[in-house]
This record gives sequence, structure tokens and C-alpha cells, in this order.
Amino acid sequence: MRAANIFHLGVKELRGLARDPVLLILIVHAFTLAIYTASEAMPETLNRAPIAIVDEDRSAVSVRIASAFYPPYFVPPRLISHHEMDSRMDAGLDTFALDIPPGFQRDLIAGRTPTLQLNIDATRMSQAFVGGGYVQSILSGEIGEFLAGHRPDTTPPVALDLRARFNPELDKGWFGAISDVITSITMLSIVLTGAALIREREHGTIEHLLVMPVSAFEIMLAKIWSMGLIVLAASALCLVFVVEGLLAVPLHGSLGLFLAGAALDIFAMTCLGIFLATVAGSMPQFGLLLMMVLMPLQLLSGGVTPRESMPEIIQIIMLAAPNTHFVMLAQAVLFRGAGLDVVWPQLAAMFLIGAALFAFSLRRFRHFLI
Amino acid sequence: MTSGTPVKRRVVRLEEVGLSYGGTRALDAVSLDMPAGCMVGLIGPDGVGKSSLLSLIAGARTIQQGRVEVLGGDMARSAHRRGVCSRIAYMPQGLGRNLYPTLSVVENIDFFGRLFGHGGQERERRIAELLDGTGLAPFADRPVAKLSGGMKQKLGLCCALIHDPDLLILDEPTTGIDPLSRRQFWRLIERIRSGRDGMSVIVATAYMEEAARFDWLVAMDEGKVLASGTPADFLRRTDTADLDAAFIALLPAGKRDGHRAVVMPPRPADAAGETAIEADHLSKRFGDFTAVDDVSFRIARGEIFGFLGSNGCGKTTTMKMLTGLLAASGGQARLFGRQIDPRDLTVRRRVGYMSQGFSLYSELTVRQNLELHARLFGMPSSDIAVRVGEAAGRFQLADHMETLPGALPLGIRQRLSLAVATIHKPDILILDEPTSGVDPVARDAFWRILADLSRREGVTIFVSTHFMNEAERCDRIALMHAGKVLVSDTPAAIKAARDAETLDAAFVGYLEEAATAQETPAAAMEPAGHTTHPRPQSRFFAPRRLFAYTRRETLELLRDPIRAALATIGSLILMLVIGYGINMDVDNLSFAVLDHDDTAISRDYVLQLSGSRFFTEKPLLAGYPEMDRRMESGELSLALEIPPGFGRDVARGRTVAIGAWIDGAMPTRAETVRGYIEGMHMTWLAQRAREVYGKAAASGDFKLEVRYRYNPDVRSLDAIVPAVIPMLLLMIPSMLAVLSVVREKELGSIVNFYVTPVTRLEFLIGKQIPYVLVAMMNFLLLTAFAIYVFDVPFTGSFVTFVAAALLYVVVATAMGLVLSTFLNSQIAAIFATALVTMLPASQYSGLIDPVTSLQGFGAFIGRIYPTTHFITIARGTFSKALGFADLAGAFVPLLVAVPVLIGLGAVFLRKQAR
Repeated sequence: MRAANIFHLGVKELRGLARDPVLLILIVHAFTLAIYTASEAMPETLNRAPIAIVDEDRSAVSVRIASAFYPPYFVPPRLISHHEMDSRMDAGLDTFALDIPPGFQRDLIAGRTPTLQLNIDATRMSQAFVGGGYVQSILSGEIGEFLAGHRPDTTPPVALDLRARFNPELDKGWFGAISDVITSITMLSIVLTGAALIREREHGTIEHLLVMPVSAFEIMLAKIWSMGLIVLAASALCLVFVVEGLLAVPLHGSLGLFLAGAALDIFAMTCLGIFLATVAGSMPQFGLLLMMVLMPLQLLSGGVTPRESMPEIIQIIMLAAPNTHFVMLAQAVLFRGAGLDVVWPQLAAMFLIGAALFAFSLRRFRHFLI
Repeated sequence: MTSGTPVKRRVVRLEEVGLSYGGTRALDAVSLDMPAGCMVGLIGPDGVGKSSLLSLIAGARTIQQGRVEVLGGDMARSAHRRGVCSRIAYMPQGLGRNLYPTLSVVENIDFFGRLFGHGGQERERRIAELLDGTGLAPFADRPVAKLSGGMKQKLGLCCALIHDPDLLILDEPTTGIDPLSRRQFWRLIERIRSGRDGMSVIVATAYMEEAARFDWLVAMDEGKVLASGTPADFLRRTDTADLDAAFIALLPAGKRDGHRAVVMPPRPADAAGETAIEADHLSKRFGDFTAVDDVSFRIARGEIFGFLGSNGCGKTTTMKMLTGLLAASGGQARLFGRQIDPRDLTVRRRVGYMSQGFSLYSELTVRQNLELHARLFGMPSSDIAVRVGEAAGRFQLADHMETLPGALPLGIRQRLSLAVATIHKPDILILDEPTSGVDPVARDAFWRILADLSRREGVTIFVSTHFMNEAERCDRIALMHAGKVLVSDTPAAIKAARDAETLDAAFVGYLEEAATAQETPAAAMEPAGHTTHPRPQSRFFAPRRLFAYTRRETLELLRDPIRAALATIGSLILMLVIGYGINMDVDNLSFAVLDHDDTAISRDYVLQLSGSRFFTEKPLLAGYPEMDRRMESGELSLALEIPPGFGRDVARGRTVAIGAWIDGAMPTRAETVRGYIEGMHMTWLAQRAREVYGKAAASGDFKLEVRYRYNPDVRSLDAIVPAVIPMLLLMIPSMLAVLSVVREKELGSIVNFYVTPVTRLEFLIGKQIPYVLVAMMNFLLLTAFAIYVFDVPFTGSFVTFVAAALLYVVVATAMGLVLSTFLNSQIAAIFATALVTMLPASQYSGLIDPVTSLQGFGAFIGRIYPTTHFITIARGTFSKALGFADLAGAFVPLLVAVPVLIGLGAVFLRKQAR
């Protein structure tokens, strides 16, 4: 009897969702277009960095250097005077300013090891941090070629044979796609269940359910399985058709294991959705609450930047968030091909967090109903 | 109120007025004259166009078709509206819909006083007068949300009367109020009218007994006027005894068909036996508020028991306790002798419940609604189809089985609701105001079904209602007031006991008796006629009206916990999250070594890494399988393999290669690891070379001197935090500003802006000021947080930064106000604002990539978007040690944006509803 109630109420949720075009569009968008565009738009490490050159040498080599900076890594360099340099950097117009001193070519040929000065606006984090290396290697290449024949080539005695495992090209789109899938899973699990509960409350139908032989436990579980199923199915389809198909990201591990992890994450997140809906009470308040909850969950879970770079206290706090464990599991399974023997601690953690959230939300939910 | 003869003067003239919402026709070619100086009543059920008509007359809604003339001028002309709006008072439908629920009684009236330009003393005097006159004085400091329905209506009246109007428009002012409050309300109106000679009052009402006392009536149905005239005219013309019957007689023939008067057959003689419902000293407390206080009654099987009382008197709470929805705080409730236990689900199978407002699943069809309820009551699936078929027949739903409830008229929805409640053949039906808002024909049809259920099937029916003619049909009724049952008996016995002609009068008697103990009824109200008129305020700009909005907005913000939290600590939380969330500094990367060589040189190489703060060494690797396993689990970000004979080969100068595997699952981290290890490898080589060849070995063809300017330590936080402040100062203040306007639209209080003299600019700027102040407070908090918690050095001119921030938050809130003119629901407002602010602020404004890197549309947005310029100022003052002179160029776009955005807001904001 109880299982039948949970089933019928869940079917009712699915029918309700089928009649809500806004949520349907949100689901489709979150698992297709959002992931595709975010992954395709994921910039290369350096993208059109603005560079200016103060050419005090005006020699063949300085012209050669200036012509070596071009899109997509750099915008074509602007030739400026010495005194413009500071004001342009102050105004944030250039990230790099390269100063080629007078007599640079002469000194270079004479082997006097002249000095180039590279000013980097270090407030431009993304470009400054990696761009310096690019500039250096471009300069070495151009100057090396210019000097070709003048000096013998020297290879270092000890080579460093660097290889990236799991993503040899270090294609950011791969990881971006997966972390976007996780973001969509988190967002939809919370929004769908939360909205379903608030809609019932605003229409007054929840009361109606409670005068029938149906318990709060059944109502809550029905919402969790129905909305969770939708999110799980959508994420599975998305992985197969969008991530593997359209974006051609090779997924190594077992899709089944990933989906098992996703199911546990969704379970925990749907419970969180119910909890937030009981706190908010109305749709607008729910929307505001989401703003304050979704962003931390997404940015601090390790899906955007590595957990190692966060302060320890935040790392510890974020262990209580189910998607932190899910991000770990997803990376291990999908990229490193890890199996159950490796990721069982994550599965266990998500299960425990989910169970705790469920118990907690059920209590709140019972209070909320009255 | 004598039913006088029609007056020659007219206050309102309508010619061929039409109004449509989307596809539905609310008003259809209405032409009408309303006499001045008397009480005009609009009668008809819900949804016939009464409210639309009143909002047109009040000037709250744009006229689509026809001509509306009020107080001698054309309401389509905005100059006339501005001129007469201080002579009209409009109280829209819904209990306290134009009031502010978190504000107290005094604060509400005070707000309206300010809007009409009264000075401080004048306001105080008028407020005191109105509060005394309405008996609200003891509740002056109570928030509106905690007032009873009757008190809300009185307060609404106070707010409407504060400016001595010549025309008072009341839309269903007494719906949901107890008879005594209703009577008090009408007495109040009468006194006001006697004090202000010539004041016209237009009232919409669903209660015919009230309408019978008006001077002039207009009966409406489906957007058309059925008839107009005095009540006596109505009765004469239709040859009926009361207005209810007259109204039905006036309906077009098609609607009248099938209507029969309800005849309640007497109860069978053997009925008196078993008790179906029993309440025994039942109480319910919520905190310190007692909703139901020691209520006892007994309902026999098959009886129809009516429950009367105002909104909020405890009827619904009592009903919920009887269904097991709520646990009682004291006393007992029994169904068929069995105590109700909310956890005992078997009792619920015997009860059918219909909650207020016919809560049906609007996303399920009629059939699906019926089936779902049948399933939830655990009916065997073989019976369900039969039972659903039966219900469709009995409740005449067969033609609508595949329709969604939302598309059905109220009367059919009401039948569906009853069908759902009876699908499992309950012994007891608990119906909470099942007939509110439904037209009289449908109401009578509904009662015929109830009679049938009770008399033929012996179903016990417990029903609450506001309609006295429905109460008369019950076997017994109970009158509830303020949580207590005042009287419970047969309608006839109650009338006899009070020696009253009507039930209404009898109840007023009981209520008065109960009330004398508590609140003092309204003191004699001095007519407001002798008051000095408000100092004339400019029609176009008055600071008092502007600050009225500022004050009210501030109070409301402070009293809404979630919005206040977002406004104060929301941005701090987000800054903390973003600061750490997009931090690119990587420390403590774990690595392990597979050392096939294990010599002094190989250990020296590893020491380079393990000694740096970037890397943490983990136990040595024993072989490739272990390396695979530990990398798969994510334990190692880097694995090094030092080949056999490494030390020997290096010493001999033979080329050897060290293998390094980086975990590429997370590309940004992998890039950083690669950078670190390459750098360290080079350092190690240079060091070795120096050891072997001496100093000369280190130099190359040229030297590159790299200066990391503004942020010499190359800290992520120093780079991110100054740019995050502008993003947060845009997103949250603009969202709060959008919500401040859209909330009013959604909750209905926007009507006060439509019908009072406040101008668009006063409204917008008045609302903007508190959010600018909140945003500035946020700004200071964020800046302090950046400097003291994130340790970001502040090197430039603080004054410049503060000045720019002030300008910027004005722009941010103004952007919100412009957006708000296009949006109507709060949830859409939240999404739209996030969309419009988040993407440009994070992608196109130089937060990550400089605007000069952008192309196409993004570059265009980036150049004009205010965040771009404020980021330049924030970085300039934080990291680049700049002052105003260096940054003046970035101020110009912000200065231009302020008047442009506020102007756009004023242009797009509508002073009337569409």
C-alpha cells in the first residue's frame, strides 16, 4: 500500500512536470545547450591577451619580435612610447608591456646578453600567470631563430619527459563539461523538488493530500524519486549524447558506477531542495535562497578550482556537501577509469550525507505541513 | 440609508466600455450612469467584471475601449487623473491587499498620509481621529499581517479616508468578515457620509442582503450589465421577494435553466442515534496565540452542521483538527467515537475534505484528479474506473473529463472538488467554505447535491459558510468568534432565542455580547469635514511623497528576514566563496617518486620538489601498478620516475630523461603543476651547471627581466578580490531594487502608486534610496573584508574609491528599477536580473580577461557596461596606487549612466495597470 502511494504520487509529480513548459525548458537547456556552449567557450589558457611594445631599438629583431605576437593568444601588439606605458597599464588597457632597449640587436649579436623588460599587470590573474611563460618562449624562439647559426645549440643534459595522464592534451573542455554536468545536476535536483513542494503549498493541494491516508514520508519520497529520476535520466542522456557524442570527450570508466554516484548525489540534493523550500515558503524567497546556496556549492566543491587551493577550514566544511564527494568520484571514474574499489569511500560518504539530509528534511517537512 | 430617488447629478458615466485580458473578455460594451452623492452597489458573483469596472473608475487601469468619465472629466487624460486622484479613494479587493503586511497599523496610515502631503502634526491628528473612529486605536502598533479580516478592512478604510475623498470606491469590502464587523463597517461608512455631504460611494459586493440597503444597484454578469436601478425597482421588475431571487431572475435564460430552489427534506425520524463527530473541549494554540479555545459540539450521523464566523476566527483550524491535519493542543476530537490520531491513517478513509479555494491539481486533468484520489485511498484498481464513471455522472463532469481544472468555470471546479472529496464514499464530509465566490445558481445546485448526500446516503456534513441563506438550510449551526463557539443550535431556535427576525441579526446580537468584554466598539466618529486641507504640494515633485516611499521600503526590508539577509551578509558570503572558489594558487600538491636509481643525485633532485611549499611528498612508489592505482584514486597529482643509472649518467654528462606523469583530470591544476615542475627542473639544471662549469654557464642569449606590477607576489586573491566587489555590488543591489517594485506588482500594493498623487520619479527614487544606502554599507563591509581578511593591500585614494562606489551603486539600483518596469513576477525578476547582471559583469567587464581582449558583441557590452569602469577604478585604487586624477576617465561613463537609467525607468514605468 505504501509503495503504491509513493508510486502514484510520484507519477502525479511527473505529470505535473510534463505540463510545466518553463521547467522542461530549464531541464533541456541545462543538460544540452548550457553544457555545450560552456565547454566550447572554455577559453584556452591564454586568449587574446593585450600586449604593447615600447620599441626603442627599431631594428630587424625588434620588428621580428613585434610580429611574433598574434591571435589567438595575443591581440596584435600596439607600439607605444615609453611614457604611455604606465598610463595604459594603470588604465588596465594592456596586460603585457615589453620594453626593447636601444641597441638591443647590436648587443645581441655581439653576445653581450642584453636585457628585455617585460611588465606584467599582475591584477589580470588569468593572463598574467600563464602569459609570462608564453612571452618568454616566443621571445626565445624568435631571438633564437634570428641568431640561428651564430651560436651552437645546447641541449640540456637531463631532459624532463612530461606527460599528462587521463587528459593528455590538458583540454579544459573535458573537465569543464563534466563539472557543468555536475552543476546542472545540483541545480536541477534542488530546483525541481523545491519548486514542486512550493507549488503544492501555494495551490493548497498539500493539505488535501494529508487528509488522505498518505504520510509525509510518502509525499516526500514520491517527490524525491520522481524528480530524481528525471535528473538522473537527463544526466545519463547528456553524458552519452552531449558529452561523449557532441563534445567527443573520451570517458574511460564505468558509466554505471558514475550514475550510481549521481543517484546518491541527487538523493541528497533533492532532500536539500525540500529543506530549502520549507525554509523559504514561497517561490520568490526560494529564488533568493538559491542564490546564496547554489554558488558556494558549485564553486567550493572542487569542480571549478582544486580543493587543495582552498583554506583548510573550507575544505573541511565542504566535506559535508554531497557534491564535493561527487566531484571526486566523477573525476576518478570518468577520467581515471577508477572502479568501485577506489571510489567506495565517496559512495559511502554521499549515502551518509543523503540519509542525514533526508531525516533532517523530513522533520522540517512535517513541521512545514502544519 | 434611505433608498432615495435617482439623483440628477452623476459621479460616473461609462460609454461603451470594453476590457479584455488576453483572450478573455472582462467587460463588454458597458454603458452606465451612476448617480452622485449616494451608495451605488455593484452586484454579481466572482469574475463577472465588477473589479475591472471599479479599477477603471479609480484610474488604476488603462482604458482599452470606450469612455470613462469620473467627477466630470475624462479618465483617459492623465492631466485629469492627476487632478482628481486626490479626490478619489480606492480600496481594492482582497483583505488588505493594498496594505503592507509587515508594517503596523499606524505605519500604514502614516504612509498614506505622507503620500497625500500631510504635515507631521496634521497626520498625527488625522490618524488619531481615524483610529478612534474605527476602534482600531488599541491595535495601533500591531502589524497588519496579525490583524483579523474585519480589522484589516477598517484599516483599509482609514487609509482610504485620510485625504477626505469625494468618491469612495470599495471592492468587496466585507467579504470574509463576520456579521458584526460588517455591520460596524457599514455604520462607519454611514457616519462618514453624513459628515461629508455629497460624498459618493461605489461598492462591489457578493452579499445580496447588504446590497438591499444601497441606494442604487447595478447587476452584472459575464462583463455585461444586466440591470440597474434602486433595489425596489429590482424586486418590482422581477416580481421576487429578495434580491437573490431577483438576481437569478435577471440572468439570461440559458443560465437560469435547471435552476430550482433548494428544498431541504426533513431528516428521517430514526436519525438521532449515533454521534458522527464530537469535539470535546478542543483547543489549539500556536505559540502564545489561541486559535481555538475550548470548543465542544456533537454532530449526529446524517446531520448537516453549519459553521459560521469571520475569516481567522478558528473555523478552518477546528476543521483541520477534525480531519487529523492538526494535532489538538487540548481536548479531544472523536469521529464515530474513535479519538482522532493524526498518525492513524484508517480514520482518514472515512472522511472527505474540501479545503478552502478548491485545491485541485491544476496540472492533472479532471479524470486524472479523480483517479489519483481514488488510488491514494487504496481503492482496488478494478473499482476505480466504475467509481470515477459514477462520480462523473453524479456531479455532471462527464463533458469535462479530459480538461484541466484551471480551464473550468468556478462552479464546475467546485463540483469537481466535491467529487474528489467523495470519491471514496466517506461517511463524513468536512467542507471549508465550499461556495465562496460561486454564482447563486451554481451554489444552489451544490446545495442540492449536499441535501441528497445527507438525506439519502446518511453522510454527515460539516460545512462552513459566509452566506446566511446557506446557514438557514443547515440542520444546526454554530457561530464561532475569536476561537470560541458562541452559540450552537437550529437556525430557528437561534433566531427565537435572540428574538431576531433574521439569522444575521441574531448573530450580531451574540457577537455584540461577546465583544463588549473585549474591544471597545467604534467611538462616535467626528466627520472629517472640518479639517484643513493639506498644503498644496507640487504635482510633479514633492520630497514628502518621495521619502514616504523611502521610509516604507526601509521598514519592509528590515522586516523580511531573507531579503534583509541577502542585503546585508549575502554579498559577504558570496565574496568569501568566490575569493576562495576562483583562487588559482595551488599549494601542497601531492607527489610520489618511483626511484629506480636511489643515489645521492636522484635524492637531490627529489629534494628540490619536496622542499618547496608547492609540493608534498608521499611514500615512495614500489612499481607501475602502484603508480596507476594511486593516481587513479586521485591521491597523487604528480608521479616522477627516475630511471636506473640516473646518477651515473648525469655524472658522465650522458643524456637521460626523468619521467613525470601529471594527473590531467583537472586541467587547470595540471597546467600549474607543469609550470612548477618545469621551473624547478630548470633551476636544478642551472644549479648543477654552476656546480660543474662555474658561473658563466647560466647566461643565455638575452635576459628577460619580468616585473609583475601592482601585485608583486602574484597572489590570486589580490587580483580577484578588487574585481569581485564591483560584481557583487551590481548583482545584489540591482536584484533587491527589481524585487522592491515587482513585489508590489505581485502582491497588489502597486495600486497605491496608480491611484495616489505620487509621481513616477518620486516612486522610483524613493524606492532607490534605501537600496543605495544598503549597498554602500555592503560596499564598506566588502572593502573591510578584502583588506583585513583577505589581506589585499589598498594603495590608492580611498576617497576616490568611495565616491566611485556611490555612483556605481546608484547605477546598479537604477538598472534594477529599469528592469522592474518590464517584469511582473518576482521569480521572473530574480532569474532575469541574474541573467542580465551576472554574465556581463563576470565575462565582459574585465573581471577575468581585459575588455581589450574581447571581440564583437561582448566587446561592445564591455565598453558600455558600468561594471567595466568600476573595476578599473577598484583595481586602480586597490592595487595601482591611483587617485582621482588618474581615474577621471572612468568616472565619466558612470556619471552619464545615472540620469540615463533613471530617466528610462521613469519613461517605462506605467502609472496604470494594463
